[in-house]
Amino acid sequence: MTPGDRELVAQLCAARAGVRIDPEKSYLIESRLAPAARREGFGSVADMLAMLRERREDKLAWSIVEAMAQSESAFFRDREPFALFRDEVLPALARVRGGEPVRIWSAACAAGQEVYSLAMIVEDERGRLPGLKVELFGTDIGERQLEKAQSGLYTQFEVQRGLPIRQLVRHFEQSDDMWRVSPRLRQMIRWRRVNLVADLSTAGRFDVIFCRYVLSTLVEPMKGRLLINLARALSPEGYLFLGDQESAAGLSDAFEPVSGRPGLYARNPAYRVAA
Amino acid sequence: MKTCLVVDDSRVIRKVARRILEDIGFEIAEAADGLEALAWCRAAMPDAVLLDWNMPAMSGIEFLRILRQEPGGERPTVVFCTVENSVERIREALDSGADEYIMKPFDGDIITAKFAEVGLA
Repeated sequence: MTPGDRELVAQLCAARAGVRIDPEKSYLIESRLAPAARREGFGSVADMLAMLRERREDKLAWSIVEAMAQSESAFFRDREPFALFRDEVLPALARVRGGEPVRIWSAACAAGQEVYSLAMIVEDERGRLPGLKVELFGTDIGERQLEKAQSGLYTQFEVQRGLPIRQLVRHFEQSDDMWRVSPRLRQMIRWRRVNLVADLSTAGRFDVIFCRYVLSTLVEPMKGRLLINLARALSPEGYLFLGDQESAAGLSDAFEPVSGRPGLYARNPAYRVAA
Repeated sequence: MKTCLVVDDSRVIRKVARRILEDIGFEIAEAADGLEALAWCRAAMPDAVLLDWNMPAMSGIEFLRILRQEPGGERPTVVFCTVENSVERIREALDSGADEYIMKPFDGDIITAKFAEVGLA
């Protein structure tokens, strides 16, 4: 790959998804794009990029962006946000909503571990929260990630990263040498491909948004746009979870941090969402 | 310093597990089967046990059942680490008093994550 190839990839990712790619990181770009090139029938990443220059095909461009934007995940990643969701956020919103469903959105759900972790908590908390109704949504920019998420199928290695063994036994079924999320949990979740920096006006309203480790991957101008999009999608009583070390401070006045709860944000009551 | 007894009939596995657990702050003792492990526990109960299932002399599950009946035997956190990966085996281990369960093959991330789940890392 030439420096021009790497620059092309960086520009494409920034323009389409707001994702920041360092063109100097040639190994990262090559290793992420090599499987995409094979899948698309090219002999090399360079051949794939040459075709992109020549034809500017939308499908190929998105295939490249999705490959670059894919992220690693784990069940109950970082643990504390999920404990906070279970112990404080979910009971509070269940009270506020009464018999109405609490709507929960895993905005960049990757291969599904985050949204299934939330579904497991909801299932396990039903006894403590009688009458609890929940709607769960998993979205990601990557079609392939979404396909894996929807399948609910994980390797033995994946289910051992962050998932307590009792949760594995309770919520998964063994399928040869893989583990599949139970049908009950899979049926709880609706899936959709979403580009978080595009127009989200039809996305709906949510009481909880998990949007972790997205903000830190974006180019600067897109960070504010993402937060405005999320503010429009969050109910006035709702909560936003960002990733560890991610902060909305200085990027948008749409959110204010919840005191003593790192990574947790509420809507700023003074902020007016534009129509 | 917290102590962990690594029980496995493979010297290689014991060595790998020792290195990983020492990195997260454990002092390690080793046993090659359940009988040897019981002798260790009767002399000084460890904070944690990393336990293989299939071993000569006494299996991991037999050891665990006896351990939980011993004076002070309810105290150690027991994490199975075995090739036995069926749901039935996992349930049997949990019903017998195991706290966590690792399916081999494992790596440092998995051991560290599992020990974190039981509050030991």
